Amino acid sequence: MDWQGQKLAEQLMQIMLVSFAVVAFISGFVLGSFQIMLLIYASGVLLTSLITVPNWPFFNRHPLKWLDPSEAEKHPKPVSANTSSKKKTGKK
Amino acid sequence: MHSIGYRANALLTFAVTILALMCAIVSLSDNLNSPSPTAQVQVLNINWFQKKPDGDDEVSLTLNISSNLQSLFTWNTKQVFVFVAAEYETSKNALNQVSLWDGIIPSKEHAKFWIHTTNKYRFVDQGSNLRGRDFNLTLHWHVMPKTGKMFAEKIVMSGYRLPEAYR
Repeated sequence: MDWQGQKLAEQLMQIMLVSFAVVAFISGFVLGSFQIMLLIYASGVLLTSLITVPNWPFFNRHPLKWLDPSEAEKHPKPVSANTSSKKKTGKK
Repeated sequence: MHSIGYRANALLTFAVTILALMCAIVSLSDNLNSPSPTAQVQVLNINWFQKKPDGDDEVSLTLNISSNLQSLFTWNTKQVFVFVAAEYETSKNALNQVSLWDGIIPSKEHAKFWIHTTNKYRFVDQGSNLRGRDFNLTLHWHVMPKTGKMFAEKIVMSGYRLPEAYR
């Protein structure tokens, strides 16, 4: 799961759970049944976990583009701490 | 949120937190209900009335209890516990309470009832103070909710009097 996918999964989870809770409470209150409230909320939790827990493809639409290994060799990391300026390491 | 385990954990903890919040609101919603229960108790007969060998008075009554507690039931009510107590004052105790009958009402359909019974539990005084005694019969009830706060309330019925002589 990429970064955008993780954000999406968390937001989806929170929005879905809260809205299922609201729907469950209202229908339980109107129908006068505690059991209906619990059943609606339980099915909401189940549906939410099916949607947000597995690593579905739509959570991977923004893959990170890493640099090519050859590109990294052209610009190596600074080797030692005593080199003070960035220019110096770049020339090397 | 980067792995299945973290997502499952976050979902479960959030879901349970919301569930606790829902239960709290359900308990608060009980305050919207304003019940109007009714009760009558008749003493049909004093079966016997005597002084036990140890000196305490004991009386046996036949009661007719009729009550309508349907308005106590809300969507959050599991059951209602109800009992009838004889309450009277003596020189020793400002309030004596003797439970005579009790019952558990499991649902709204059973909350309107009448019952013809002798006292289920013995009506014994702490001493010999029952002759000619005025007493109240009080219907107490405790509402047991599915979740949240318990409620207790009572209806006091006065004007009952025990006979002057043992029989």
